[in-house]
Amino acid sequence: MKYLGIELPKPKVAVFGFTGCEGCQLQLANNEQNLKDLFELVEVVDFRLISSDKLGGYDIAFVEGSITTDSDVEALKAIRAQAKLLVATGACACLGGVNNLRERFPLPDAVAEVYGEHKIESGQVRRVADVVPADIELPGCPISKLEFEWLVRQLVMGVEPQFPRYPVCVECKQRINTCVMDMGILCLGPITRAGCNAVCPRNRAGCWGCRGPSEEANYESLVEILREHGFSEAHIAERVSFFNAFSGNQVLPVLE
Amino acid sequence: MLYKTITKENFRRMIEGLMEDNDVFGPKWRDRDKNGDKVYRFLKLNDFDELQMDYTRTYSSPKNFFIPFKETLSTYDLAETEWDQQIRYTVHPRVIVGMRACDINALRKLDEVMVKSAFPNPYYFARRRNTVIIGLDHEPLEDCFCRSVNADVVFKGFDLFLTDIGAKYFVAIGSDTGYRIVDRFGGEEVSEADQDAFKSMKKRIESKFKTQVDVTIVPELMDLEFESEVWERWGDKCMSCGSCAMVCPTCYCYGVEEDVDLSFTHAAKQRFLYSCNLIDFAMVAGDHNFRPEPHIRLKYRYYHQFRGFVEAFNQSLCVGCNRCGVACLAGISPKAVIDDLNETEQR
Repeated sequence: MKYLGIELPKPKVAVFGFTGCEGCQLQLANNEQNLKDLFELVEVVDFRLISSDKLGGYDIAFVEGSITTDSDVEALKAIRAQAKLLVATGACACLGGVNNLRERFPLPDAVAEVYGEHKIESGQVRRVADVVPADIELPGCPISKLEFEWLVRQLVMGVEPQFPRYPVCVECKQRINTCVMDMGILCLGPITRAGCNAVCPRNRAGCWGCRGPSEEANYESLVEILREHGFSEAHIAERVSFFNAFSGNQVLPVLE
Repeated sequence: MLYKTITKENFRRMIEGLMEDNDVFGPKWRDRDKNGDKVYRFLKLNDFDELQMDYTRTYSSPKNFFIPFKETLSTYDLAETEWDQQIRYTVHPRVIVGMRACDINALRKLDEVMVKSAFPNPYYFARRRNTVIIGLDHEPLEDCFCRSVNADVVFKGFDLFLTDIGAKYFVAIGSDTGYRIVDRFGGEEVSEADQDAFKSMKKRIESKFKTQVDVTIVPELMDLEFESEVWERWGDKCMSCGSCAMVCPTCYCYGVEEDVDLSFTHAAKQRFLYSCNLIDFAMVAGDHNFRPEPHIRLKYRYYHQFRGFVEAFNQSLCVGCNRCGVACLAGISPKAVIDDLNETEQR
């Protein structure tokens, strides 16, 4: 592929999934009308969800899911050793994600609740970056295919990708939505990284923080505002801990 | 200024007539807030009855009709070593009904920057030229402080401006186009009784202002008390979310971005509205940030509104609509901040 006469590199790409719903991997395979163009830009060598071929030797690894077992850790380290660029892909890989809800319960209880007598290997839920360095974090639950395509363009052009640093409110106000907080709906938009085009507030769901915190998010101010709006401590704690996006903030008690 | 009256029946005919050949926008309501109050928004009218002439205030200003939140400045077809650029200024003729005096004054302030400056903005100008504005007077709301910043009355910048005098509208005619519209749809000469009704309505409006913001020495105060503790007090609450600037009828700071499509054959240059409150507004290459702290960014937004623009154009940029105050979850409003500045620093 040439861009204004300049040959673009065609990196080899692999996609790996750990603990998660595979929704982000599915997103990578979506937007089918653009797949032909996408495959002109990158060569997919390992992506189990779309092909059983394993052609090996990759430059960029997209890693989905949180890391929960010892074998996950080993596999991730091997990926890191091979990949020139590792992209933590989606909320589970970037934040721990919904899987992190399990950390509220003693591990044996959680495993027994789901698997009964059946023995499975499971451990603490970790982000990709807790185990190996991630060069880029592509946020969202699930990720946006359009943002992924944008990221690929930046990478083949050799441009450092700049994700929005500001919160969701910007995009929400740009869509001229009525503020869901005014409608009595809890929303984490003011402290969550933009880039989703405010899809949840647009649909009256309030923001759940799946894209992680915006840069220097004023967490304390929002929690105070949520209290003033009459949301209960439990409701607020449940929401801010849902994707494990704000675990660095200790204003609210840990949930039982 | 010429004045006419139009009956409400003829006003209906007028709007329906305009809807035949133009996109007509006006205040409609889509949502109710948790108190049961209607939340209004300027939207395209499909039917006259959607038009809410008794609306209070739209949550967001009509600024985006003139400066869209995101607009394409140019598109490109890319070839082997060259490209073909396309630029379009065309705007389908449209009418906005129900704009308040403050919102029209906001456009006049934007005109100073976008039309009358050394580098006029042709995209803005095309939208301005192709938009007929029919303004509408109203009794001020509890928190309207347009009067304090001289934006409560308007004499220019509209085609027609209506004041409800009962069975009719009293119509100020601000342009040739406006004159022809009223004339076509049954505008009548102003009678003695109409004049009396208009005057008493104006008096009524004048008597209803409740909120005052004392901006008399605010520009000087902002210079003299640059390091005021007031900014930190409000900055601590500020979530740097940019909501204030987005709903504001006059905030016009922007960014420009270029992107190419996945096939690398088409590209576009886009302009998008930004806010000086956002963390990376003053960020430059090498990740250096000229305004890394929320209270400094908050201060600069107030500086632009109440000092910088005053210096450049002898008027504040703020028109006193208090949309920013309504939108701010942290309760930061011009009234609260400027009162605090006056009280703290004017002792």
